[in-house]
Amino acid sequence: MPILNYIILSIALFSIGIVGVLTRRNAIIIFMCIELMLNAVNLLLVAFSKMHMNAAFKAGDLAGTAGTDGQIFVFFIMVVAAAEVSVGLAIIVMMYRNIHSVDVNFLNRLKQ
Amino acid sequence: MNITIIDILWWFLSVVAIFSALMMVTSKNPVYSVLWLIATFFAISGHYILLNAQFLAIVNIIVYAGAIMVLFLFVIMLMNLNKETEPQKNRWLKIAGALAGGCLMLILVAALKDAAAKEQVASVNQGNIGLIKNLGKELFTTYVVPFEISSVLFLSAMVGAVVIGKKE
Repeated sequence: MPILNYIILSIALFSIGIVGVLTRRNAIIIFMCIELMLNAVNLLLVAFSKMHMNAAFKAGDLAGTAGTDGQIFVFFIMVVAAAEVSVGLAIIVMMYRNIHSVDVNFLNRLKQ
Repeated sequence: MNITIIDILWWFLSVVAIFSALMMVTSKNPVYSVLWLIATFFAISGHYILLNAQFLAIVNIIVYAGAIMVLFLFVIMLMNLNKETEPQKNRWLKIAGALAGGCLMLILVAALKDAAAKEQVASVNQGNIGLIKNLGKELFTTYVVPFEISSVLFLSAMVGAVVIGKKE
């Protein structure tokens, strides 16, 4: 599969995430759109890792472990995303407890 | 040009991923948004399996679709959010947001469609770098220090979530 297909698919998913962040006001939906953007990047990292493996294989590396780093990075991105979600949802729950809404527009009182 | 089963699967999974991502952004009900996002994650896991990254496919399903999305679903149901309580931006802000995202996509595609790596091919359905044997060996030799640090990160995230979430 040409790498350009994966690039365009990831750009499409990432842009949908951006549009979600810009057009929604529910804090939880915005958070989910950020997860979607992280996943688009993960998909592209895995595709690039297989692209490097293919290039190294053609260059004569028959052991074929080139490109492992990309998949390790995806693993660490998932680790960080899991930690981020637990803390972020705790913050959203606390915000809901204080102002009884998840509307991000109410957060402008943070500047006072 | 002959169409193989891999091409059909690739296009099917891509259409499912983009369609469910669009439905996730446009759904009025937050619970439906979570369910559409789970569908997107399953489609992305299908792409990982197609790329022979089986470990990441399973981890994606277990961690994202299994743990993170259940956490989202619990929070939404605890707050009793539904279509009636959903805050809405006005129409012009929505159009402006969609335009901005579309412009970003246009520019990224235009910048990357002539990239130097254009002729490269991501090898599908072969290669064993995504199997758990190779990834585990790499994770516990070269990347053992970040791996151990990530356990400290998890501990601090756990403590932080409890401290932030508890009533004073």
